[in-house]
Formats: sequence, structure tokens, C-alpha cells
Amino acid sequence: MLKTQELQINIGPQHPSTHGVFRLVVTVDGETIIDLKPVFGYLHRNHEQLGEVSTYIQMMPFTDRLDYFNSMANNFGLAIAVEKLAGIEVPQRANYIRVLMAELSRILNHAAAVAFMINDMGAWQTPLAFGMREREKILDLFEMASGARMMCNYFRFGGVVRDLPPEFMPLLKDLMIALPVFFDETEKLLRENEILLMRSEGVGILPKEVAASYSVTGPVLRASGIPYDVRKAEPYSVYGELDFDVPIGSVGDIYDRFLVRIEEMRQSYRIVQQVIERLPDTTGGHVNPSMASIGKQKALKPPVGDVYGRVETPKGELGFYLVSDGTARPYRYKVRAPSFINLTPLGDMCRGHKVADVVVILGSIDIVLGEVDR
Amino acid sequence: MPNISAAELRERFTRDLPGALAPERPSAKAAENGHVAVPPAKGKKGEEGPVDLLATADVVVLAESIPSVAQYLRDELGYTFLTDITAVDYLADGLIEVIYRFLHLDGGPTLPIKTRVSRDRAVVPSITPFWPGADLQEREAYDMYGVEFPGHPNLTRVYMWDEFEGFPMRKDFPKQGDKYLGDGEE
Repeated sequence: MLKTQELQINIGPQHPSTHGVFRLVVTVDGETIIDLKPVFGYLHRNHEQLGEVSTYIQMMPFTDRLDYFNSMANNFGLAIAVEKLAGIEVPQRANYIRVLMAELSRILNHAAAVAFMINDMGAWQTPLAFGMREREKILDLFEMASGARMMCNYFRFGGVVRDLPPEFMPLLKDLMIALPVFFDETEKLLRENEILLMRSEGVGILPKEVAASYSVTGPVLRASGIPYDVRKAEPYSVYGELDFDVPIGSVGDIYDRFLVRIEEMRQSYRIVQQVIERLPDTTGGHVNPSMASIGKQKALKPPVGDVYGRVETPKGELGFYLVSDGTARPYRYKVRAPSFINLTPLGDMCRGHKVADVVVILGSIDIVLGEVDR
Repeated sequence: MPNISAAELRERFTRDLPGALAPERPSAKAAENGHVAVPPAKGKKGEEGPVDLLATADVVVLAESIPSVAQYLRDELGYTFLTDITAVDYLADGLIEVIYRFLHLDGGPTLPIKTRVSRDRAVVPSITPFWPGADLQEREAYDMYGVEFPGHPNLTRVYMWDEFEGFPMRKDFPKQGDKYLGDGEE
């Protein structure tokens, strides 16, 4: 028998497959992973300390930079937490606009996540371009509403910064015609491509029994067969009035994670359809009148107390823990970042697989380093 | 959807886990009973006095009993999901509060459990050995606040580099002019 020797190698921090500045210390025996330890902190900028020296509204643009793919969803989290703390009502129309943005953001994220996964498997660039094409259309909508493609900074406490422009709806309706074609195309690519099946089926399994104990959230948890979604578990905004399902996987491998993402895009599409129907009949403006000016936003001093506000972002549960001491700046500002905590089981998921699988497993968790390192 | 109140939880802890609950804080008790005179609020005219940040409606337990409380919540009450561990530095009171947040997978709001330890000796037993999801979160609390979790298999810094001195999220950590940034003038 051939004598082998364990070897420790670094994947990253500068590596195209780590989705950012991220290092994996991998112990290998030949091509097989014996042990894997993630190393964080290359993008650390102490976001939480910034939170303690800034006013509440000053943190809104900073949340854009957490998960920079989904600035709308991050804004939502901070807005929910501060509104809970300060007791600010949100008008119905503002709530529907928020949900519309959050769900478009979910479609955008999952389109990119699926595209990047196929890219990680070695189908270089062409499938990625398909995903990016759809993402670009949604970014156009975001730009129209907020003025920026990615760093939207669109939410305010009590609503959103401005109402949708008149040219928004026609463009959204065009997009709604194109999206189902994209979902079907992508699913066909996933279900029927033999190489893709070989790379993803049975790889990186996170069994149902242990998934919850690892504290993973979002599509990773649901792919393992646990139908947990904050939108259903503790409905916020107007999610209680909307009709949608929570798709789950059966095995918990890479293949399930991506089928769940495709099905979630379809469910988000359903939500967007319902919002389009209801938006013309909604009451109230785009923001609570008592919080309408930027001066009011700046002067916000929530009562003493602490609050945990959470939303379901495309990556998982995003939570904001705030402690107010009655001044304009939070005493403590904590972000529960889904990308970071979803990396907890990475070592166990990779053990026993090949080096090339690590890249795909990491891609299937769908991390953004801006949020992991904060 | 399961939604257990803090009062019910206190009752259960008193019954099933004797000695787990932290003793009530004297000042909070005094204000409630009215036996001890509450010191008058200080501060300038128009401003309120120092606020009592430690007053809370959530359940506060002793640090030593965190593993048994976590196991009790998981095995007896079905809170099988640990969503968040975080720390808060209360410099004025000399305390660090560690907050564990549990979830029931059937839905409902999160369940916070707090524990308070001295800033000088911030030690809370680790729950990572039986709850792997606590791994990175305990490491983050150690990195940022210096809370030690004996029993953790690999309690090293997460974000800062290993040689870094001090705990950057503590309220008395210098925001300018520390040894890494220089004196800020140059």
C-alpha cells in the first residue's frame, strides 16, 4: 500500500473561489479533506463599534455594506428593530413597498447564488452571465427607486425614503413576464445536467438531526428539511397577510440547497405578484408622517430598553440586538449575521470530501464576506 | 406557537433547577417594595438622571448554571435552536452581560436568557460541547469582550489577529491612540 502523508494547505485569503477575502486552513491526505478550519477577519471593520458611535439613522447606510448583495434586506432588519424599540408605526403602503423590495432582493440573491455555484463547479462564466442578466434588471429597479444600484439606503424608520416613481411599475411588470422563463431555464439546467448532478448530489450533507443544533438558518436549514422561516415563525411587516409556501429539501446536500433556492425564487415571485395587485389600494403614504423629515430621523431617541429585531434575508435570519440608554446613539448595537453563523458546520460538511468539493460546498452556503467579517 | 413568558420560566427554573436563577438586584427590589429609599435622580435641569440599564424583564440566571439551563430549555421545553450569543459591557456597573437567545422551531418569538459576570473575571461555562452552534458565537464574544468560556474546544480570536491585546468592544478600550493606531497625530 502506498504510504501517504497529511499536508496542511491554505485556500485563500486571496483565492477566486472563497467569494471574498477568506482563508480556509485545510489538512489533506492526498485529495481528501481530513480537517478544515475557516479563518476570518480580513474584512473586519468593527461594524458594531461604529453602531455605538453613530446615531440610529446613520447606521442605515452602513447596513448596506453588510451583505452588499442585499442592501434592501439589511435595511429592513435595522428598520424593524428600531421601530420595535421606539414604537414607530409603519403605514400600509410603506409596508408593501418594503416587502416588494425585500422579495425582489431575494430573487436577485438566489439568481446570483445559483449562478455562482455553477461557476464554482467549473462551468466558467456562461451560466453566470444568465444569472447576472436577471440580477441587473432588478438592480435597475432598485436604482430607479433609491438612486443606487447596490448601496440602496432606501429604508427609513417608519417607512421608506421616497415613494416608487411612476415609471417603476411598467418596468416591474415587464420583469414579471421575463422571470418565470429564467426560473424554468435555471431549473432545467440544474435537474438535467449530468455533471452538475455528480458534483452536487450527496456532497456536503448536513443531516436534519444536526442542522438545528448548528444554528444554521435560511436556505441551508430548509434544505436539510426543517421548514423554519422567520416570515412564517414570527411574521413581521405584512407577511402575515401574504400567501406563500416554505420549500424544504429532503437530504440536505448541495443539490437540495439549490433546489430550495430556485423554489424560493418562485415563492418570492408569488409574493411580488400579490404586492403588485394590492399596492394601488393601499392606504397611507410611503412613510409615517411623524418621521417624514430627515431631522426627525436624526433626532430619534428611543426609550431605555433592549430589543431584538429579526428578518429573513436571503442568507438566513438577520437579527439586530439594540440596547438604548435613551440617547440618540445605541448603547449596544449587535448584528446577528446569518453568513457568519452558517459557516459553523463548514468543517464537518467538508470532511471526507475532495478539495474541489470544498469550493462548491462553500458556494452552496452562499456567504458574503462583508457580513461574515462585519 | 410556543410563547413562554418570563414569569412562567422563572417559576419552572425555581422548581426544576434550584439555584439557577440569579438573585434579584437590590436596587430593583428596593424600588419595587419601597422599603429602601431610592436615591434621587441626578443630572442637570431638564435632563433625566442616570438610567438603570440593568433593569430587565427577561430571565437572569447565574453564569455557572448556563449549561444546565441550556440543556433544560432544549430537552424539556423544546427550544432546540440557539440563534444568538452576544455580550454587552456595562462599564458603570462593572458587569458584562452575556445574552443567549433560543428559538422554538415551531415558531414564536425568541427566548432570551441573560447572565451577568464581573468585568474583571468574565467567565461563563461553554455550551459548545453539547451545542455546536455556539462555537463561533462564543469565540466572537471572547474576541470582542474577553468573556472566557471554559470547556470550549478552540477558544481563539475570530476577527482580531492572535497577538492582539485587549478587547475592542469593551467600553474602556481606547478608540484613538492605542498601540496599533499610534497617537493619531503624525
